[in-house]
Parts: sequence; structure tokens; C-alpha cells
Amino acid sequence: MFAAGRILAMMPLCALALSATAQPIKLGELNSYKVFPAFLEPYRKGMELALHEVNAAGGVLGRQLELVIRDDNGTPGDAVRVAEELVVREKVVMLMGTFASHVGLAVADYAKQRRVPFLAAEPLSDRIVWQSGNKYTFRLRASTFMQTAMLVPEAAKLGKRRWAIVYPNYEYGQSATAAFKKQLNAMQSGGLEFIEIAVPLGKIDAGPVVQAMLDAKPDAIFSSLFGADLARFVREGQLRGLFRDRPVFNLLGGEPEYLDPLKDEAPVGWYVTGYPWQAIDTPAHTRFRDAYQARFSDYPRLGSVVGYSAVIAAAAAIRRAGSTDPEKIVTAMSGLGFGTPFGPVNFRAIDHQSTMGAFVGRTAVRDGKGVMVDWHYANGKDYQPDDVVVRTLRPAN
Amino acid sequence: MNAASILPQLLNGLSSASALFLVSVGLTLIFGVTRVVNFAHGSLYMLGAYCAFSVGDLLASVLGRGAASFWVAVLLAALIVALAGALLEKLLLKRLYAAPELLQLLATFAVVLIVSDVVLAFWGPEDLLGPRAPGLAGTVAIFGHPVPEYDLFLIAVGPAVLAALHLLFTRTRFGMLARAASENRVLAAALGIDEARLFTTIFTLGAFLAGLAGALALPREPANLGMDLGVIAEAFVVTVVGGLGSIPGAFLAALIIGLVKALCIALGTVEVAGMAFAFPKLTLVAEFIVMAMVLAVRPHGLLGKPAPTPVGTPLPEQRALVLRPGRREAWVAAALLAALLALPWVADDYAVVLGTDILIATLFAASLQFLLGAGGMTSFGHAAFFGIGAYATALATKAGWALPAALLGAPAAAMLAALLFGWFCVRLAGIYLAMLTLAFAQIVWSIAFQWDRVTGGSNGLVGIWPPEWLAERTHFYAMTLAIVTAALGALAAIAGSSFGYALRGSRDSPLRAAASGIDVARTRWLGFAVAGAFAGLAGGLFAFSKGSISPESLGIARSVDALVMVMLGGLNALFGPLLGAATFTLLADTLARGTEYWRAILGGLILVIVLAFPMGIGGALANLLRRRSTR
Repeated sequence: MFAAGRILAMMPLCALALSATAQPIKLGELNSYKVFPAFLEPYRKGMELALHEVNAAGGVLGRQLELVIRDDNGTPGDAVRVAEELVVREKVVMLMGTFASHVGLAVADYAKQRRVPFLAAEPLSDRIVWQSGNKYTFRLRASTFMQTAMLVPEAAKLGKRRWAIVYPNYEYGQSATAAFKKQLNAMQSGGLEFIEIAVPLGKIDAGPVVQAMLDAKPDAIFSSLFGADLARFVREGQLRGLFRDRPVFNLLGGEPEYLDPLKDEAPVGWYVTGYPWQAIDTPAHTRFRDAYQARFSDYPRLGSVVGYSAVIAAAAAIRRAGSTDPEKIVTAMSGLGFGTPFGPVNFRAIDHQSTMGAFVGRTAVRDGKGVMVDWHYANGKDYQPDDVVVRTLRPAN
Repeated sequence: MNAASILPQLLNGLSSASALFLVSVGLTLIFGVTRVVNFAHGSLYMLGAYCAFSVGDLLASVLGRGAASFWVAVLLAALIVALAGALLEKLLLKRLYAAPELLQLLATFAVVLIVSDVVLAFWGPEDLLGPRAPGLAGTVAIFGHPVPEYDLFLIAVGPAVLAALHLLFTRTRFGMLARAASENRVLAAALGIDEARLFTTIFTLGAFLAGLAGALALPREPANLGMDLGVIAEAFVVTVVGGLGSIPGAFLAALIIGLVKALCIALGTVEVAGMAFAFPKLTLVAEFIVMAMVLAVRPHGLLGKPAPTPVGTPLPEQRALVLRPGRREAWVAAALLAALLALPWVADDYAVVLGTDILIATLFAASLQFLLGAGGMTSFGHAAFFGIGAYATALATKAGWALPAALLGAPAAAMLAALLFGWFCVRLAGIYLAMLTLAFAQIVWSIAFQWDRVTGGSNGLVGIWPPEWLAERTHFYAMTLAIVTAALGALAAIAGSSFGYALRGSRDSPLRAAASGIDVARTRWLGFAVAGAFAGLAGGLFAFSKGSISPESLGIARSVDALVMVMLGGLNALFGPLLGAATFTLLADTLARGTEYWRAILGGLILVIVLAFPMGIGGALANLLRRRSTR
């Protein structure tokens, strides 16, 4: 027993010794590390953990995996240049990363032009897999459409008629709002009214916005705010009693990145999508959380899960392809299954969207911290439009 | 909106206006007296918020969470920022007062880069929500509407600061001296006013006010890393709309902008003749629309007087009378061209990609250098023409035009836009002109950002790749090199033509130029259009080189990048744009690749260059050559 354990423990070391002679397989990761550090610093740690685990288990195809990380400065122009550098000079076998939708879309288009596999880890835009979808691009995170779809059934149950909607004025907020209206109209018959307020990203003038919402006397509120905008909205709204007796739905509101800064002022009873890291006790998640905390002495954020899962997905793709040939990797990724801290996930063959889900629940305050309660895991595969619809949305190529 | 909600929305607008005034007044003060375009003002504001958070936390652990720890923290934070401002002035800006004024913009831009990384390293990436103001944490009912007490407090603070500054500047000896120095620096110095000390004091006071504004913002928004760039444009708008150096003007401007924004949100979506118009969406550019309107009617802002020395005008010894290259310059140009031609053979494909980027940036910077150097017109919104060119090319390509036609569309569209904007802009001078170009650029940006159907909205347009025969990186590089070389040649020829002389004449002495029969306004107007057209061509090339285009190509950051490249290379150096573009692109590319805190290092290197070569790298090289030849 003892001896067997020792041999098992040594196996990764043997693999390590073997693979030391072979060239490592390079993954090219590009992201807006300086523009969205709150999400991307945990993301980076998540990648590091996954990389360590993959390599400790012998790497991929008998070779070590290596991450080449670049900052895209948050602009599509720089992102495409960085992608060129990764592909041409670093000779990476695939690209991954990006945060903002316009950067993700630009890199996805680059991937199509240069025939490089691209795993869009974080950008939420529906266009990445639908209108601008292409053969070489796959997306990990649950999209804007999916996350909205996870909240709509709860919203429809309440039977509220008059909705006030506040959203950051760019593609993510616009599509969240459009998807919410459309899906709610489909589930709840007739007579719905929507009052919409678009605010400049990062610059919400919370006083006038909250006042305008009070004046509209809505029955319920739907928001897709996040970050500093959300904090300002929450503070001003609580102060003026906007949330009293009104259900509030907030996309992404339960993500630790945005919930934690609110501390004891976190809203109570809001319907959100997010990540209750303290409370998820599935074996896959517990193992991930323990390993993460042991390595970084910090708790995982949602970014950590995304970064970790992205590297695992990339490793699985290369393993399944049995080669670093880009066309073979792309073929392998279609329908590819892999394990994440949220459980097993696969890339849908129809639109290259992963079935990674999100947690849906209510917010609460425990020990002076914002948490999610009454939550459940919404599996991404259950929140998709009909295949017929997806085919009309996605260009055939 | 109904009648009953007008009052609370008015109060909201007033408190936003007050907060805006607090941010802007320090900038107005600094600009009014020292003429420094302090791009780092937003960074001082952000520093104020972070310091207030940490000092408050520290005090709370000693004194407990109460009124004392909160208000002492606000004051201490403002003092810390004042100290930082004093150091900034003493160590950096003081050395640059003799240099071209735009160089200070470059130096403070470097400070922005450094501060943002320092804050990230010190305070971490997560937003920090501070406490509410003790004693002012609740609301009071005004006509049945809950109004936050802190809003009422802010409404009072703005006028109080205004009154205090008014007294300071009208009733004290210090204020008198400061006004004298801002009216006529040379005369004030001749009368024995210690200008250096005065400037340090003013800068410290301005920084104190920025820190105070940041600290007072903390009860309303978390300290976050976006605060610096979030307020800087707005603060400049307030300063300019109010009139340079006019503190009451800044107050008035903040009032108008605060109220207009609150009104836009309050109006909501309004149906006019069957068309739904969403007023809240206007908040994206409300301040810039206000600025464009004010400057069109009052070229010196609401309460401003004509600026004595327009910003951006080079000092006499820096004015290059003739940009026409001599024989030595021709040799240098030939050698450079040969080196650029050889690039694909001596370096890998990525160097070619980088080379393409540098060439496009060079053309863009050269068009701005033409406007700044030969035309004497400062632009903070030159990216508008770059972006319009890029969008024109992208839309033409989407419409099925071939590459040559699509590329020609870029300068054409940009020139038309420049003719339109230029008609308004060239009537203004100095910083007012610069800010009006910024206003137009922001308006164009917001249209591109929101017009989903045509421009693709915030996502932009993708799939604008060159045809098959240019898809190869080296092929595209060769085409870019040919076009950029031809364009730079044309630009140099225009600068050396009789039109170029007329333009420089209009810059140096509008009166004499007019007396010798030059139509000054028209010459400046055409100069503006020429610069716009060449920027547009650069934009068109950019769209094809990246395969996609987004509103960011029209944004403030890109305009600032162009200014940085021009100043790095040298305002009047013939090869300045190439040197500036190459230095900036290569530095950013190399640093971002290898280092975590690359922005701080980039900022530090820019500071070194600014201090070592105030005339830019190109200017320094030219001096070196000249010295050698006279020896």
C-alpha cells in the first residue's frame, strides 16, 4: 500500500523528467490586465493554478504546457497586435483570454483570418458565438443572453407589470436589456411596461438616476450595472428608499468581484447571478477552492474560476486533438467535454458556446459581508435559444 | 418626469454641480496662473479618495468610527495630495516652464501612468467603499421627497469654496500677486514677484482642492482605479467653458453641466412626432455638447478673457521657419527608407507587424505635427479624423468597395469632417481651439458608440481585412510603406509650398499676414482640413491592418497618444513623428510584454526623455548634428 502510494506519487516526476527534453506547448493568453484588474488578477491566479496542476500531472501530449501572457491594453488595435506577436513570434498553438466584448470580437475575427483557435474566456457578448461567430472561436463564460435567461423565470413568477431598467450604455447593457424585455414578454402575457435609463459606463450619476426611477413608480427593477456604478447605485438607492418593497434583479450582482466591495451595505434580497464560493460543496469545487486557498492564501473570485477553467479547457482540447495542429484543435474543441469547478461542461457543436452555467440566487448580508443565499446552479445548456433560432443567428461558414 | 419631481432633480443637479466644481476649480486655478495643462489632475483626485479611505480606516482604529475620524481623514487626505502636488511641481514641472507648453502635457501624462500603477500596487485592484459621512448619512424630506443630507452638504460646500477663493484672490496680497502673474508673467517677474514660489503655492493649492474633491467623493462612490481618467475630461470642460482661470466661470459651468445632466436623466425617453428619443443616452456627451455650444458663441468661455499666450504656440526660437528638407535631410530620409525597405528581410514577421503599426502612427503623428507646428493650432481631438477615416474605410469595404477606393474614401471623409469642424475651430485660439476639437471628437465618438445599425455601436465593425494579395504581412507592410512615404512627402511639400509659408505666417503674426494679403482664417481652415485628411488616411490603413474598428479609434486616449508621439519626437523636428511613433510604440510593446507594472515604467521613461530632451528626440538629434557641423 505504502509502496504503491510512493510509486504513484513519483509518476508525475517521471513525466516531468521525460517532458523536460521536449519543447513546451505554448498557449497565448491576452487580456486587459490593467483596465479590469479586479476581475483579472484572480483570473491570472486561476490560470496559474490550472497550469501547475496540468503540468504536475505530466502536461499534455507528454509535453509541458506554457502560458505566454500579454496585456492588450483594453483596445482592439493593441489586442490584434499582441495576438500577432503571440502567433508569429511565440508560435503559440492557440489564443485565449480577452475581457471586453469589442476586444473579444476583434480577436475572434483575427482568429478567423489567421486560422488560429481562440478560446474567448470572459467576454459576454452574444455576437461572439452568434452574429460574428466563426469556426475558430469558442467561448467559455455564460453569455449575456444565458445569464439573463437564468433570471427571467424568477422575474416572470412575480407577475410584475411595470419595470424600471438601468444599464451601462454599451453593448453588454444594451443586449442584457433587450434580452430581458424580449424573454419576459414571451413568458409573461401582455401589458408589460419598461422605463429605461442608460448610464455612461463607470460614470453613473446615481442621484438623478435613482430619483428618476422613484418618479417612474415601477413595480420592479432590472439592472445590469456592475463595479463602481453598482456601488453608487446601491448606496444612493438604499438612501432614498428605492429598493423598499420592490424586487430588484441585477445581472452579475452576486459575483464576488462586485458584491464584496459593498461589505455590510450589500443589498438584501436581490435576485442575482453570481458565484457563492463559500457555500458550493461539490467535490469538484471543494477541491478547487482548497487548492486555490492553499496556493494563494486568498479565496477564489469568479475570475479565478474562469481563468482556471480556460486553461483546463485548452489542455483538454490539445489532448483530444492529439496534436498541436490548429485545424485539429478546432475540430477537437467542437463538442469537447472538460471538467470545471462548476462541474462538467462542453463546447456546443452548434455555436461553440460552452455550457458552463452560473449560480442564481438572492443576496444577503452575513457577518458584515455580502453573500448569496437560496442559490442553485443554472446549467448553461438549459438556457439557450432553440437550435433553429441559433442557426439563423449564426452565419454558416 | 412630472412637476413634483422637478425640485428633487434640481437638488440632484446642484449637488452634482458642486462636486464637479470641486474637482475642476483646482485645475482652473493651476491653469489660470501657471498655464500648465495638468493632465494629472484626475490622478490627484483619485489619490485623494484612496488616501481618505486609508487614513479614515487608520483613524477609525484609534478614534472609532465617528465624525472626528471621518472629517480629519478628509482634511489629511487633501493635505497629503497637496504635498504630492507640491513635489510634482518642484521636481518636475518647474524644469519645464521654459519648454514648449505642450511638453507639460506630456510630462503630466507620464505622471498619470505612474500614479495609476502606484495606486494599483499599493491599494490593490478591488474597489474600496468608504464609510458614509457621519452625521450626514440620512435623508431629509423636502416636499415629501427624500433628499440625502450629504447632497445638501455638497450643495453648500461648492459656493463656500467659491467664496473663500474669491476672498483669497481679491482681498489678499497673495491673491493680487497671483492675478498679476496670470495677467502678465514677464511684467510681474520684472516687478520682483517671486514667480517660482508663487507657482509652487498655486499648484499646491490646486492639488489640495483636487484631493479634497476626491476625499469628499468617497461617501458617494467607492475609491476605484477609473477615477483618474473618469474626471479629467470633465474637469477640463468645466475649466474651458467657464473661461480660463475664471473661478466664478468654473462655478457657472459646473452648474450648467450638472443641471443639464440631471435634466437629461429626468426627462427619460420622450416621444417627439412619433420618434422616441432617449435623453438619458445623451449623458454620454452632454458636457461636450454644452462646451461646443458655448465656444461657438463665446470663444473665450463664459467669463473668460482672451488668453495672453495661446497654449501650444512654440517660443520664437523653436519656430521652424522652413520645414523644407535640405540635402542632408534628404540623405537621412533615403537611409531611413532603405532601412525600412530592408526590414522584412532582416527581421521576423512580427517586426513587420510592428513596423506597420509604427508607419501608421507616424503618418497620424505627422498630420498632427503639421497642425501643431506649421499651423500653430493645438488639437486635443485629432483622433476624430483618424477614426472617421477608419470608419469610412470599414463601411466602404462592407459595402463592397475595393481596397484602393475604400482607402481613398478615408482621407476624403476625414477632410470633409475637418472642413466642417474646422470652420468653427479655426476662429478660436490656443486652448479654446484645442478643447473645441476635443468636443467635436467626443461628439463623433458618441455617435459611433451609439449608432448600432451603421457603426456597430460599442463593438464596432469586424471583418475588414485586405484582399488575398495583401493578406501576407510583408505585402501589407510594403503597401503601407509606399503609401506612408508618399503621404509624408506630400505633407512636407505642402509645408514647404507657398501655402505652407502663408500658414506659418498666419501662425506667427496674423496681423502682418493679413496685411500682406493672406486670408488668415481661410488659410488656417485649409491647414486644418489638410491635417484632417492625412490623419484620415492613417485611419484607413489602420482599419485594414487590424481587420476591425471600434469607437476607441476615435477616443481621447488615441488623441493623447498622437500628442505624446509628436512631443516625444519633437514639435518641429523633421523626423520627429517617425522618432516619436517608433519610440512610443516600441517602448509600450516591449514593456507591456515583460513587466507587470509596465505603465509606471513607461511613464518613468517618458519623464526621463522629457527632462533630458525638452525639444524631443528629433530636436536633440538635430541640435547634435548642428553642433558637430559648426565645430
